[in-house]
Amino acid sequence: MIALIIRRSYQSIVVMLVVALLAFTMFRYVGDPVAMLVGQETSLEEREELRVKLGLHDPVPLQFARFVVNTAQGEFGISYQIGRPVAELLKERMPATLELAFLAAIFALVVALPMGVYSALYPQKWLSNIFLTVSLIGISLPTFLIGIMLILLFGVVLGWLPTFGRGEVVSFGNWTTGLLTTSGWQSIVMPAFTLGMYQLTLIMRLVRSEMLEVLLTDYIKFARARGLADNAVHFGHALKNTLIPVITITGLQLGQLIAFAIITETVFQWPGMGLMFIQAIGTVDIPIMSAYLILIAMFFVVINLVVDILYHVVDPRLRVETSKGH
Amino acid sequence: MPILARMQDNIARFFDGDIWYSFKQSKITVVAAIVTVVMILAAFFAPLLSLQNPFDPASLDLMDAFNPPVWGEDGSWRFPIGTDDQGRDLYSAILYGSRLSLLIGFASVIFAMALGVTLGLIAGYMGGAVDTVIMRIADVQISFPGILIALLIDGVARALLPGGRHDELVVYVLILAIGLSQWVNFARTVRGSTMVERNKEYVQAARVIGVSRPRIMVRHILRNVMGPVLVIATITLAVAILSEATLSFLGVGVPPTQPSLGTLIRIGQDFLFSGEWWIVIFPGAMLAILVLAVNLLGDWLRDVFDPKLR
Repeated sequence: MIALIIRRSYQSIVVMLVVALLAFTMFRYVGDPVAMLVGQETSLEEREELRVKLGLHDPVPLQFARFVVNTAQGEFGISYQIGRPVAELLKERMPATLELAFLAAIFALVVALPMGVYSALYPQKWLSNIFLTVSLIGISLPTFLIGIMLILLFGVVLGWLPTFGRGEVVSFGNWTTGLLTTSGWQSIVMPAFTLGMYQLTLIMRLVRSEMLEVLLTDYIKFARARGLADNAVHFGHALKNTLIPVITITGLQLGQLIAFAIITETVFQWPGMGLMFIQAIGTVDIPIMSAYLILIAMFFVVINLVVDILYHVVDPRLRVETSKGH
Repeated sequence: MPILARMQDNIARFFDGDIWYSFKQSKITVVAAIVTVVMILAAFFAPLLSLQNPFDPASLDLMDAFNPPVWGEDGSWRFPIGTDDQGRDLYSAILYGSRLSLLIGFASVIFAMALGVTLGLIAGYMGGAVDTVIMRIADVQISFPGILIALLIDGVARALLPGGRHDELVVYVLILAIGLSQWVNFARTVRGSTMVERNKEYVQAARVIGVSRPRIMVRHILRNVMGPVLVIATITLAVAILSEATLSFLGVGVPPTQPSLGTLIRIGQDFLFSGEWWIVIFPGAMLAILVLAVNLLGDWLRDVFDPKLR
C-alpha cells in the first residue's frame, strides 16, 4: 500500500515537472517577457536592467529551477494585461469555478444514478429507451448550445432566471460563495445544469452498462436462487458492486468538469478561472495561461492520485495483485 | 477488364454480406447515413446551392442586417431563414460554414489518425523503451481533456504568429490543434492489436524470409489492425467537429469574416436578447444534427466491429 502511494506520487511529480517545463517554455520563449512588461518609452538600459533583475541572462536550467520553486510557492508572475499578480487573480476566481463544478457533479450523479439503474433493470420499457435517446442527444449537443438554449428559454422568453454573472455573493475571508443568497442560487441553476449535462449522460451510460454486466454474474443468480426479494438483489447486491467503477469515473470526471467549465463560464459570463483563461488566450496573456495550465494539471494529478489510491482501498482484488508483484 | 470484374465481385459480395444486412436492419442508422451524406454533399456543392457568397464582403449589404426568416414580420424569400448582423444570408452562411466545419473536422481526423496509427504501430511492434516513451506521453495526454489541449496549442500559435497571420492560417492551426489532441485513442488501439498480430505466424514467416521491419509494419500488420481504427475515426470525426465549433464559439477559432458553424453561433449569442433568435438557432440545429448523425453512424460501426459491446 505504502509502496503504491510512493510509486504513484513519484509518477505524479514527473508529470507535474513535464507540465511545468511546458509552461516555462511558453513563459520564456513565446514573446519577450520584458517587452510585455514595459511601455514603449522605456529605454534600452532600463530594459537591460529589468532583464538582469528578472534573471533572464542566467543559464536556462537555473531559470527553470527558479520557475519551479516560485510556482511551488504559488507565485506565477504578473499578468501582462491586468498588471496584478496572477496568483491573486486566480485566488479571487477559484471559488466561482469550484462551486460550479461541484454543484454540476452532484447534480449529474444524483440524476444519472436512478436513470442508469432503471434502464438496466428494465431495458425493454419505453422509459429506458427515452433515457437512452436523451443520453445520445446529450452527447451530441455541444455544451454551449445547451447553455444558449437555456438562456433563450428561461432568460429571454420566460424571464425566470438571470442569464449572466453569479448574483449576490457572500465572502468568508478568501472564499466567496453565492450559495447563501437567493440571487446566487438563481444564477447557478442554468450554468450547473449545462455543465452537468454531459457528465450526466456519461455516468448514466456507465451505470447502465456496469449494472447490466453485474446482473449477469453468478452471485446475482445465487442471490435470486436463495429467494431474496428483488429489491434486496438489485440494490443490496447489484448496485453496490456497480458503484465502485462509477465513483472512480465520477471522481476522474471532476477534473474534466473544471476544464469544461471554460465553455460554460463563457456562455454565462460566470466570473471563474475558465473565463479568465479564455480572455488570456485572446490577449496572449502568457502568465495567466501558464498558471492556469499548471493549476489544472495539478487538479488532474491530485484527483488521479486520490482516485487510484481509493480504488485500491475499495477493491480488494487489486491489493492481491500488487502484493503478488512484490 | 479483370479489375472491373473483381470490383463488381467485391461490390456484389458487400451487398450480400453481414455489414450491409446489419445496416439495412437498423433504420436509425440508415437515416443517419442519409443525413450525413446529404450534409456532406450540401457542404461540397455550397457555391452552387447558396444564394450569395457569405465570405465575400462585397456581396453583403448592411441594410439587409437582421432580416427575420421568411415567415416572420418583414421576412422575404431573398433570405429564407433570415440574415445575421452583417446582412449575410444565413442559409448561405450555414452552407459555407458547415463546409469549413467538415473540412477542419475531416482534416484533423486524418492528421490524428496518421499520427496515432504510426506511433501505435511503432510502439506495438518495437516494444521496449520506444513503447514506454510513446505510451507514457499518451497516458499523460489522455488524462487531460482534448479541448483543453487544443485550446493551449491554439493559444501558443496565437502568441507565436502576429495578429493578421493567425487569422490567415487559422484553419491549419485548428487542424493541428484538434489533431494533436485526438491521436491518443488511435495509438492505443493500434498498439494493442499490433502486439497481438506481431506474434502471429504470418508475421514470423515474413520476418524469417527477411522482410524489413518498416515493410512488415506497413504491408502486413497495418491492414490487419485497421478495422477498429475506422470506428475510432468516425467517433473522432464527431468530436473534431464539436471541438472546432467549441473553439470558434469561444472566439479562438475561425474569425467572423469567414464564419464556421461555431462562429455563427457566437455571433448570434450577442443578439439573443434583442429577439434575433434565428442567428443562433439555425446554425445550432445544423451542428447538432450533423454531430448526432455522425455519432449514430459511429455507434453502429462499433456494434458491427465489436459485437461484445452490443
